[in-house]
Order: sequence, then C-alpha cells, then structure tokens
Amino acid sequence: MAEDKDSAEAIVSEVHRKISEAFDVFDHEFNKTVDVREIGTIIRSLGCFPSEGELHDIIAEIEEEEPTGYICFEKFLPTMTTVLMERRFRPIPEDLLLQAFEVLDQQKKGHLEPEELTKYLTQEGEPFTPEEMEEMMSAALDPDRNVIFYKDFVSMMSVDNHR
Amino acid sequence: MGCGSSVAIDTRRLTPEVTAKIPSPALTMKAAILIQRWYRRYIARLEMRQRYTWNIFQSIEYAGEQDQLQLSSFFSFMLDNFTQLSGNGPVVNPQTDRARLTNHEQIIVPESYNGPRLTFPLTVSQTDALLTAFKNQQQLHGRFVLQLLQETKKLLRQMPNVVYFSTPYAKEITICGDLHGRLDDLLLIFYKNGLPSAETPYVFNGDFVDRGKKSVEILILLFAYLLLYPDHMHLNRGNHEDHIMNLRYGFTKEVMQKYKTHGRDILKLIQEVFSLLPLATVIDNKVLVVHGGISDVTDLDFLRSIERHKVKSAMRFPRCTPEHTQVARSSRAPLWSRPESPLCDSRRSEGKTTKKRHCHITRQGSGSSSSSSSSSLMCSPRGSLHPCLTPHPCPSASMPSLTDAFQAPFLDSFSALLVPLPSREEVEWKQVVDLLWSDPKSQPGCRPNTFRGGGCYFGPDVTRRLLEKHALSLLIRSHECKREGYELCHDGQVITIFSASNYYEEGSNRGAYIKLGQELVPRFFQYQVSHTTRKLTLMQRVRVGEGSAVRALQEKLFAHRSELMAAFQHYDTSNSGCISVSEWAVVVESVLRMDLPWRTLRPRLARLAPDGMVEYQSCFEDMGPGQPIPQVSPNFAETLYRYRTDLEIIFNIIDKDHSGQISTEEFRQTWRLFSAHLGVEVDNKAIDDLARTMDFNKDGSIDFNEFLEAFRVVHKLDSKDQQEC
Repeated sequence: MAEDKDSAEAIVSEVHRKISEAFDVFDHEFNKTVDVREIGTIIRSLGCFPSEGELHDIIAEIEEEEPTGYICFEKFLPTMTTVLMERRFRPIPEDLLLQAFEVLDQQKKGHLEPEELTKYLTQEGEPFTPEEMEEMMSAALDPDRNVIFYKDFVSMMSVDNHR
Repeated sequence: MGCGSSVAIDTRRLTPEVTAKIPSPALTMKAAILIQRWYRRYIARLEMRQRYTWNIFQSIEYAGEQDQLQLSSFFSFMLDNFTQLSGNGPVVNPQTDRARLTNHEQIIVPESYNGPRLTFPLTVSQTDALLTAFKNQQQLHGRFVLQLLQETKKLLRQMPNVVYFSTPYAKEITICGDLHGRLDDLLLIFYKNGLPSAETPYVFNGDFVDRGKKSVEILILLFAYLLLYPDHMHLNRGNHEDHIMNLRYGFTKEVMQKYKTHGRDILKLIQEVFSLLPLATVIDNKVLVVHGGISDVTDLDFLRSIERHKVKSAMRFPRCTPEHTQVARSSRAPLWSRPESPLCDSRRSEGKTTKKRHCHITRQGSGSSSSSSSSSLMCSPRGSLHPCLTPHPCPSASMPSLTDAFQAPFLDSFSALLVPLPSREEVEWKQVVDLLWSDPKSQPGCRPNTFRGGGCYFGPDVTRRLLEKHALSLLIRSHECKREGYELCHDGQVITIFSASNYYEEGSNRGAYIKLGQELVPRFFQYQVSHTTRKLTLMQRVRVGEGSAVRALQEKLFAHRSELMAAFQHYDTSNSGCISVSEWAVVVESVLRMDLPWRTLRPRLARLAPDGMVEYQSCFEDMGPGQPIPQVSPNFAETLYRYRTDLEIIFNIIDKDHSGQISTEEFRQTWRLFSAHLGVEVDNKAIDDLARTMDFNKDGSIDFNEFLEAFRVVHKLDSKDQQEC
C-alpha cells in the first residue's frame, strides 16, 4: 500500500513536471505567467483535445476574478493535473476522424472540394478563422487536382503527430 | 454556427449509418467540430514545437556568447602574449594614416577586374554600381575596400559619441536593427523602403556583421552610403562590431576568405572603424536609439565625454597601469558580477546557464611569461582564494557561484593587487558595454545580464528613469531576435527592432524596420526573405526549424558525452542501459545547463525501450566524428569537440599572417595553456603525440584548419534526416 502511494505520488509529480515544462515554454517573462491566449496551445500540446467551448470553461475556471489577460501557474497546475489524470478530452482516433470527413463528403467522392471544406469548417461547429482555414487548406489541398484527399491528409497528419 | 455552450461529443462512435443518407445538420455539425478540434490540437502542437525550437536556438546562441565572454580574459591574454610563443616581435607596425593612404593608392588593380572602381568622394552612380555588383555576386577589390574604410574612418572620427539629429520636415526616418551579414534582407529593405538619401534617412542600429555570409558586402554598402550622405545615414555600434566577437562568429573568416592578399589589413582597419562608430543616436531629442540597451548607471552626458575609440572590444578589459596597484582595497566587486543583486528571481539564474568550464587561469600558465605587459605583472601566484580557481579536471561536480563565473583573471588580479575605485577607463568601458549588451526585462531593477555574460538586464523603472532624466520619450534598441521582427515592452517605452529575417533558420522569424515621422509615432514594416517560391506551410516551416535546432542539441549532447554517460550510469543501478524519462531529463538539464523542455524534446533525442524507459546510449547514436581521429583518447577528443570553436579562435590569433599554419611548438604551448585555463587535465605526452601526428609533412608546422576538421562532429544520418524533412 505504501508502495502504491509512492508510485501514485511519483506519477503525479511527473505529471506536474510535464505541465510545468509545457507552461515554461510560453512563459516569456519567466515569472510563471502566460498570456491567456496561449492556454489553448499549452493544453493541446499536453495531449488534450478540448473543444473551444470546453477550453473557455477551463479558462474561466483558472482566470483571476479580475481577468488580467494572464494565467498564473499556481492556478493552472491543479486544474491541468486533474484534466490529465482524469484523461479528459482524449485524442480523436484516426478512424473516427475519417468518418467525420466522410460525413462531410455527402456524395462519397473520396475527396472534398476546397469550397465544400471551407464552407463546413468556417460556418459549422466552432468555425475556423480565415487564417486557420488558409493554413489547413495549404497543407490539405492537392495542388495538381485541386481537391482534398482527406484519407491521405489524415494519414499524413497522424504520422507527423506520432513522431 | 456553433452554440455558445460547450458541445459534448460522444467520441466513441459518430454514427452507425454512414452511406447513402444525407447527414442531418446535427451530424454535420458534429463532424465539423471533430475536425476543427483535431486540427486545432495539431496546430497547437506545431506552435509548441516552433516555440521550443526558438528557445533552443536562443539558448544555444546566448550560451555561445556567454562562453565567448567568459573566455575573453583568456583571449586577451593570448592576444597580449602570443608573441612570447612565436618569438616574433609585435605584430602591429604603427603606421601613420597618411602613409597608409599612400600605400592603398599604390595597390594595383588588375585590368581583368571588372567590378566597381571607387573614387572619392563617392557618387550615387558608384553606390548603384556597388549594389549591382553585389547582386551579381561580385566582389569589391581589396584596394577599394581599404580606401573606403580609410575614408569612413576619417569621417567617423569627427562624429560625437552620441549623435543628435532631427527628422527633416515632412520626412520619415527609417530605423533598422541587426542585419548580421544578411545581404538579402538589406536589399529587401532598400527595395521596399528606398535607398538612403536626403529624402530617405536611415539609422542602422548595429550588428551588421557575423553569422551571415555577406557581412563584407553589407559593411561596404553601409559605409558607402554613410560617405555619400553623412547627414542622413546614421550607424550605431553593435556588440558584434568587435574584433574578438568577429573571430568567433564568422566575420574574420569571411574577410580572410574573400580577401587573401589584403584581408589582414582590411581587418585591422575595420577594427579601428568599429571602435569609432557612434554609440547612440538621438532623434529629435526624444527618441534614443542604441544597440543593446541601458543600465541604471547609463548617463548620456557622461557618454558624450568619453573616448569611445579606446573601447576596442567588450572582451578587452582596460589595462590596469602600475599606478593603480598600490592602493588600499575597496569592497567593490568586479564589474561583471554583483553578488548582492537578486539573481534568483530570474529563471535563468545561478547555475542554469553558467558552464562548468569557468575555472580560470592557473598559476603556471600566466606567471611564466616575463614580458612587460601588464597582464603578467598582475598574475602573481597566490593561494587559492576559491576552490574554483585552482586547476582541477573537468567535469567538476560542484557548481561554482555566479561571481566566479564572470571573474576574468585580470579582474582577479586587480583585486589581488588591491585595486581601488574603478578607474576612468573601467567606468567608460562599462558604460559602453552596457549600451551594447543589455537586454530589457519585465522585472524592475538592474542586474547583470547572466544569460549573455555582459551588460545588464534592465527593468521598466530603469527605462522610465533614464527617459525622464533626459526628457526622452522612447528607447529603440535591437540585439535580440524577435519572431515578428519587432517587439514592444516596458509599456511601449522600449521597442526592439530586428532586421535579419530567418535568423535561426528558414522561416524562424520575420525582419522589420520602423518608420518615424514628425509626430514620432512608430510604424512597423515586416518582411521575410524567402528562397522558395511557394509559401511553406506551417508544418514545413516547423519541421525545418526544429530539425536544425535538434541537430544543434544533438551536437551538444555528443560534446558532453562522457559527463552525461557518467551521470546516466549513476542512475542506472542495475546496469540495464535504461533509466526513467524523468532521470534522463534531470541529467541532461544539469549537464548541459540549458533551460529547455527536455521531456517534450525527449522523443527527438533519445529512444524508449518497450517498457517506457529511456535507452540513454541512443542519445549519441546519430553523431560521430567527421574523419578518423588521430590517435587520441576519447576524453581528449571530446574536449576538442566541445571547444572546437574556441580553439579555432585561438589558432587564428596565433596565426598572425593568416596562413592557416602554426608551428608545432605554438600548437603545443597553446594547447597546454588552454587546458590549464580550463582546468582540464590533458596528458602532455598526448599533446606531443597529437602535434607530431598533425604535422603531416614533418616540416614543423600544422595546418590547424585540417586539425579542426578532424574534430567536427558529423550527423551520421545526414541524408536520412534530409529525406524526412
């Protein structure tokens, strides 16, 4: 039992260090605070997939009463630890992602037209900004055929992710 | 549109029925959200990688600069004493300017040379010719370079230390930051913004040279425009306008490669020109432009009175004359270190960035020479004041305090000989170094810049006080690379402007310049030089940058292999070849002293065993020696890898005629001195053997470039890496 407790503590402490490392990367002033706009990036880089709404909820939890535009580490750490330990916002499996693209591909062509994809992603769900759309398009668009082969796209991104 | 509240997604299954039916709006929305979430996570990871890549580059860059400054005392010593080694007389043959001028005019330019031929005073057609020539990869003949430098020197001599001028009516002044030998960036600025002229005045804020490959061309253009429009072209000195920095960061090499005959003379003249560059510019009595920053003792009025040309290099601490030696001791700490300052509030505090090898000069190295230079006078044997100061083999287990890290032997000697209050030279030197090396930070106060090893970190209060004192409204500085090419801080009172895009790597950052009109409201213009016609995606940019940063880290790991292995094995009690990720990260951070997210970087640097433990040997797998190393012990080899750059500098110092050759005796003595300085124990016999081996044609001299090539670390999987990118 004592052993379990030790290993549990060790796990938590390792989680803490991971969170601390990720946090520090964005802590430009070295004063244990980060710009609130970077919180999403930090959380996602730690392996979690919150939606925008879920992200806003988290931020609301850890912000100061009087929002300063900065999040301090003391507040971030416990919340983030819980998120990681509870394995919240888990990654999206590749096949599920593929199904999502297939849903959008109403005519089952095996690819999406740029206009189609743009329409869906900038008007539905939690819409992309024009910059986000442009960035995805530049990576996803097949320059020769001018369409998005989403199966290839998903595979390619998954490889990169798992490196 | 998405709903205001968060949408719960059942991630287990999207829908049982997929084909044929047109999906319901709800399903479409779910699909869209899924894709958006996934993509945002992906981008976040990329941003994270981009960010730590940046951190890596900066860490390595500043660590390098810090090493440089720490070794500065040694270099100074070498510069003073290498005559002892070679037995030659002093290198510098003092020549009057007039004699030199005549000499330059007598240089014959061959008929076959079809580059620009400069006559003075310069004309616009000549500067145009220079631009065209450089765009076509042509080189300006050494004679014209020398003449240009000579004229520049004459002009600069007349300039004050701090240049005051006003923006001409209805015109804007353009302020550019570091260029670092990137000619493409300068040409892009000229293209976007116009060539320097009475209509288009410019301030260039230092660091024109080093690192990039076209430092010579940049200098020529800047000086040419300076001569053409002395009232509308303003150049500030940067910390790289320093001949010792140039030895390490590539400018010296570039000059010697491009100008085989006249390189040495060119370098000598450039050294003088650099020291004559003004230190700061003040626009409309309101905007202060200086390369690095300020400190709490910066005093513009005092600065006006100093002899700036005497500060040749930040590394060359002013000589102490014998009169200073016999005075009562003061409690003043050496200028580089202020033990009373709160250093621990910064993440980059004590121990984090100081390297182990600051165990400075030992008795035998310095005391032996009997020259009359002040350095040997100073270094009299004394008992070990501090454990760090006695020679002992690296790696040392103990971490010396910050004060030791920056004590140059000259400074040690000074305090040993009871130096009093700072001399005039010391004060002047510090004022100059502060201007050229300091960085702004958000914490108030002023403390030594430990990251770089020179100048200060200055807080918003320091800025405010200085601006108020001199009735200024804005401080524009450079010195630090910024992702967007510029950055504001200290409540908008300080602007950093950086003009070398892609500084660390293709896509790493933008460059920028400022335009300032009469109302003195800055406007920012950004750009990025690109060598590809198609815009790289974020993913591609991150891969390239990260690849480069990771390789640099791998080299560092390799160069510290024995220390790392010793520490790894310490944790590996069962001798399995594996340790936990946590242990691995702890070891690497403590040995390399770089504050980086090691756990996040681990997948790029080391392999995991199936049970999740780190196979620590895998850190070194990808790296190997470039060529078969002459018979040296692995430890010796590693020392050579680690200090390769420094050795290069030292050899270049010794090799006065820049022939690439030094005598075996010089080699031996240098190596012994250097290792004594570092506190590294090297077998004398090993050195002798090495010297003998390296003397390939047995003529008593060593081609040190060949020698250094043998100790260049090479990435074994180079071709594979390139494929992956």
